Amino acid sequence: MVQSQQESETLEPVAGQSQSDENVLAARNLSVWYGNFRAVRDINLDVKRNSVLALIGPSGCGKSTLLRCFNRMNDLVLNSRVEGQIIYNGTDLYAPSTDSTEVRARVGMVFQKPNPFPKTIFENVAFGLRVNGFKGNLQEAVERSLRQSALWEEVKDRLNSSALELSGGQQQRLCIARALAVEPEVILMDEPCSALDPVATLAIEDLIRQLVAKYTIIIVTHNMQQAARVSHETAFLMVGEDRAGYLVEMDATDKIFTNPSHEQTEAYITGRFS
Amino acid sequence: MATNPSIQEQLNPRLSYRKKLGSVVYFLLLAAVLVGIVSLIVLLARILFEGIPWLSWHFISDYPSRFPERAGLKSALFGTLWIMGLVAAFTIPIGVGAAVYLEEYSPKNWFSNIIEVNISNLAGVPSIVYGLLGLALFVQWMAIGRTVLAGALTLTLLVLPIIILASREAIRGVPDAYRQAGYALGADQWQVVRRIVLPSALPGILTGTILALSRAIGEAAPVIAISALVYLTFVPTDPLDRFTVLPIQIYTWVSRPQDEFRGLAAAGIIVLLVILLSMNAIAIYLRNKYQQRSRE
Repeated sequence: MVQSQQESETLEPVAGQSQSDENVLAARNLSVWYGNFRAVRDINLDVKRNSVLALIGPSGCGKSTLLRCFNRMNDLVLNSRVEGQIIYNGTDLYAPSTDSTEVRARVGMVFQKPNPFPKTIFENVAFGLRVNGFKGNLQEAVERSLRQSALWEEVKDRLNSSALELSGGQQQRLCIARALAVEPEVILMDEPCSALDPVATLAIEDLIRQLVAKYTIIIVTHNMQQAARVSHETAFLMVGEDRAGYLVEMDATDKIFTNPSHEQTEAYITGRFS
Repeated sequence: MATNPSIQEQLNPRLSYRKKLGSVVYFLLLAAVLVGIVSLIVLLARILFEGIPWLSWHFISDYPSRFPERAGLKSALFGTLWIMGLVAAFTIPIGVGAAVYLEEYSPKNWFSNIIEVNISNLAGVPSIVYGLLGLALFVQWMAIGRTVLAGALTLTLLVLPIIILASREAIRGVPDAYRQAGYALGADQWQVVRRIVLPSALPGILTGTILALSRAIGEAAPVIAISALVYLTFVPTDPLDRFTVLPIQIYTWVSRPQDEFRGLAAAGIIVLLVILLSMNAIAIYLRNKYQQRSRE
C-alpha cells in the first residue's frame, strides 16, 4: 500500500474519542456556515468501512456541502466555517493540528464534471503521487490505478496523449483513477455521473461496486435509481425552514427505498415531493 | 368591422427606404474600416519605396556616420536587443509573480482593490512620464547614469503593468475545476500554482509578455529622456555602457535636413517593423496553439 509508506504527521487519534473499527468516518453535530448563512446543521452520521453511502435530497439541502466536509474542501470557500467534528479513524479532521493537505491525500474526491488536467493521461494519474512525494515505481502505480478504474485497456497505448482527448465517460474514469492513485481510504463522489450519458453512467456504477471491496465511497446523487443500485446505506437530507440542510434519516438503502421511517423520505423517494 | 381596420392595413413597411438606409450604413461602416487600412498601406508603401534602396548588409553591420552612404544602425540594433533582453529578464519574473500573488494569494479586501485599480491606471500613463521618472530615479538618484541598465529599468516600469494585467487575465482563464482537482489530491497552494495554474496560463502569459515587450522596443520618448540623443559608434558590452535604440536612431535621421537621411530613416523603420512583426507573429502563433489545445 502506498499509504503505509508515508508517516502520518498530524492525523493522530483524539484523546477520549472512541469509535468502533467498522466506521471510517463520522460526523458529530456538524454545521457549516457560509458567512451568516448556515448551509447544513447538526448532522450526525457514521460511514461504515468498505461500504457505499449515498447522500440524497432536494437541491440546496447541503449534500455537496456535507460531502466537502469529509476532505475539508470547504476550507477553500471564502468565509466558510465548520462547527462540530468530522471523525476519521478516531481523529478530528477539523482539529487545529490537522493538516488539510494530508486529509485530502487520505480522502480522495471525484467531481461532478470530469475535470482532468490539461496534461497527458499518465501525468493526470501521477499527479497525486508526485505532489505527495511518492518514491516508489511511478509506472506501476499509474498502471494499477488505471486498471482499477477499468480504463487501462482503453488507454494503455496512448498514455502520453492529452487527457482532454478522451470521451466524457473515459475522462471521469480517469478522474477516478487519479483519485485512486494515492490509495486513499475514502473516495467522495459529487454527482459523478450527472454529466455523462447512460452507458458511461452504468460503467461508473459498475466501477463503484468493484471499488467498494477496497475503498469506502460516499456519493452524492440526484438519481434515485442510482442510489438504489450502488449504495448500501442512504442518507436523506432536507432543507429546513431556516434554509439549512439537515439529516432526516439514514438507514440501509433497502429500507430507505422500501420502508422509510419518515413520511418526508417516502414522499421524496416516490416523487411526491419536489 | 369597417370602423376597425386590421393591423396589417395600418402598417407602412417602406421597404425600399429601409433597404437604401441599410446599404448606406453598410458603406459608411466599410469606409470607416478603409480609412485605417488605406492610410496604413500608403504609409507602408512609402516607407518601403523610400527605404528599400538603402537596405543592405552594411546598413545593419555599420555604425552611424555623417555620410549617408556609409551610415548603418549597428549600435541602435544592438542597443535595442540589449534593452529587450534586460527588460524581459526584469519584467517576466516580477510581472508574473505579481500577477500570481494578486490572483491566487491576495485576500480580497479594500487594499487589494486599490492595488488592482492602480495597476490598471499605471498601464495608461503616458510613456514620457515613465521616462522622466527613470531619469530622476535611476539615472540621477541611484546614479546608474545614462546606461543600458537605466534604460531597461525605465522600460521595465513602463511595461510591468501591461504584463501584470495580461498575466492576470491568463491566470484567471484557468478553470477553477483544475485547482479544485489539485487540492483534492493533496496538493498545497504552491504545488497547485506551479504544477497546474502556471502551465495552463503560460501561453497567455507569454503572448501578453511578447506584446508588451514589442511595445517597449518601439518606445522612443522614455529612452530619449534617459539616454538623450547620442551618436554612438560602439556596441554596448555591459549594462553600464551608454546606448541608443532603433526608434532614437530613426528619429535622429528623420531630423537631418538632407534627403538621403530620410531614406535611411525609412530603412530603419523597416528593420524595426520586421522585429515588431516577427514578435507579434510569435505571439499569435502561441495564442493559436493554445486555443487549439483548449478546444480539444
